[in-house]
Amino acid sequence: MKVHEYQAKEILRRYGVPTPRGIVAENADDARAAAKELGGRVVVKAQIHAGGRGKGGGVKLAKDADEAAELTKKMIGMTLITHQTGPEGREVRKVLIEEALNIDKELYLGITLDRRIGMPVVMASKQGGMEIEEVAERDPSAIHREAIDGVLGALPFQARSVANALGLTGDAYKKCVDFVQKLMRCYIDTDASLVEINPLMVTKEGNVVALDCKMNFDDNAMFRHKDMAEMRDLNEEDPLEVEASKFGLNYITLDGNVGCMVNGAGLAMATMDIIKLAGGQPANFLDVGGGASAEQVKNAFRIILSDKNVKAILINIFGGIMRCDRIAEGVVSASRDIGLPVPVVVRLEGTNVDLGKEILSNSGLPLITADGMWDAAQKVVAAAQGK
Amino acid sequence: MAIWADKNTRVIVQGITGREGTFHAIQCRDYGTQVVGGVTPGKGGTTHEGFAVFNSVREAREKAGANCSLIFVPPPFAADAIMESADAGIELIICITEGIPVNDMMRAHDFLRKANARAIMSGAMPSRLIGPNCPGIITPGEAKIGIMPGHIHRPGPIGIVSRSGTLTYEAVGQTRALGQSTAVGIGGDPLPGTNFIDCLAAFESDPATEAIIMIGEIGGSAEEEAAAFVKESVTKPVVAFIAGQTAPPGRRMGHAGAIISGGKGTASEKMAALKAAGIHVVEAPSEMGAKVAEVWKARR
Repeated sequence: MKVHEYQAKEILRRYGVPTPRGIVAENADDARAAAKELGGRVVVKAQIHAGGRGKGGGVKLAKDADEAAELTKKMIGMTLITHQTGPEGREVRKVLIEEALNIDKELYLGITLDRRIGMPVVMASKQGGMEIEEVAERDPSAIHREAIDGVLGALPFQARSVANALGLTGDAYKKCVDFVQKLMRCYIDTDASLVEINPLMVTKEGNVVALDCKMNFDDNAMFRHKDMAEMRDLNEEDPLEVEASKFGLNYITLDGNVGCMVNGAGLAMATMDIIKLAGGQPANFLDVGGGASAEQVKNAFRIILSDKNVKAILINIFGGIMRCDRIAEGVVSASRDIGLPVPVVVRLEGTNVDLGKEILSNSGLPLITADGMWDAAQKVVAAAQGK
Repeated sequence: MAIWADKNTRVIVQGITGREGTFHAIQCRDYGTQVVGGVTPGKGGTTHEGFAVFNSVREAREKAGANCSLIFVPPPFAADAIMESADAGIELIICITEGIPVNDMMRAHDFLRKANARAIMSGAMPSRLIGPNCPGIITPGEAKIGIMPGHIHRPGPIGIVSRSGTLTYEAVGQTRALGQSTAVGIGGDPLPGTNFIDCLAAFESDPATEAIIMIGEIGGSAEEEAAAFVKESVTKPVVAFIAGQTAPPGRRMGHAGAIISGGKGTASEKMAALKAAGIHVVEAPSEMGAKVAEVWKARR
């Protein structure tokens, strides 16, 4: 789960991690009032779930409250396009009005899970403000990595090692040590999967502050963070994906025209792959899960068909515990209820497969049956091309 | 011979009185697996569908002689179930549960490491965890410990290891003619208890296994590490498929571990690493069976 910058900073402050003072605004009047309260000279930051906002025109400095109001008026409702939003961009609904600080240094600090060692790792770099991937590509030695015990948190010597690597001295050094320990505690206690402070700012006064903050959380742990779960902003998500998740379907929109309905995430990815190998383009990833009941199949059909690019559908089910005859019944009843506006290719395998195929062929519906994944992929790609 | 699970494995089911636990305990028993009971705290001393129910794993081990546990406990309590099994000295812990928080698994791994260090010091067997978020393990004709459809499997020379459940079934379906020694689903989570290398090493030393299918997917670097291991230490032919060749970066494809982040963990990088290690990489998932049959025939 992702949250907005203003929400991430609210979470940081609960753990004593310093951030600039800021107020969220949804219109020009609120922005003006916020800027006045913060001393006039402020930064107006568009709140969307994507990086690269600065280059896209989503972060602007205002010299006084009136200019902050002016900028906010322009930003709210605009579609912000950055390298992370894709060409369609994202609509800005909120801005964060933040006090402008005197920047001395811009550094980078990030925490994420290192799967190879099964521990969170603090990544620190002097090259703040840049994409860490770019830094890693160009000069891997410029990134300091500190593996942290997920139960103990950042030990003092580890936090000192990070502050050293960032080249800090004096007051800023001490403040950075404290910052790292608090940030790590925040990461662990909130079940975060990513925290990125970019830039981590050292002010001319020697303070260490999170100038920007991106936080992602482990979806599986949100049951114990009800307050954070409420921060989820559905406006930032694909409406079809949100709809699918209500029915326990794992759905992701893609660019192609061949809709897929598959049981199991690995098989679903493999089905996308084989469609591509057969010369087609998958329109989606869709995992109906282990159950694949008639109701699931019906909802999956509906969601796939609401993508107007879909020209044909491939149903690929390897029935394990779930019997193929039950799945076939589900497909037949869903097809009758919804109708079949596009050709549907069905590949069934596993328990009671013969019975399942019989149900499909006796249904009188124009379903195309296939044997094996390759046959199914070729048939569905041909169907999508109108052959 | 096979790896880790055979007809002598004595299984208990943690969460046996739940819907999933009940259904699969019966399925495993029907396959011929020795299911010697189950654990549901508070329901000890009763029987459920013919299974003896115990209050704790330790009690189940002492009274029923269990050496393997199959876990169907809901996600918030699953890590605790894993740790309880490790503490009781269960040698093979198979966790089916999907959706366990990463932090919980980090703690469980920590606990497991310490429990195993104690076990080794006292001359006992350490615990192996398979999963979480996996279909389990099957040695055809001997023991099915998991949720896979038993009837599609046949005893034979092909060892299968996979991060994905239904894709494992696909590989099993394609190797029906030859049969399988053991098929292991290691699960789609970012921190699995058993990884590719553990399975490849076990298949390498298992006389019943003559060729191996390895099914990976996007995300992480487990396949690259496995490639390096195969190059160094595996003499048996290995066929590999990587799911997610068409997956876009930054989108999590169902499994918590299946995500291309920071340009790393792509299918093409993994396929290149596997090929460089002498592994027979197939591009289409439909080719796994034919390819393994070919390399099995041509083996030394």
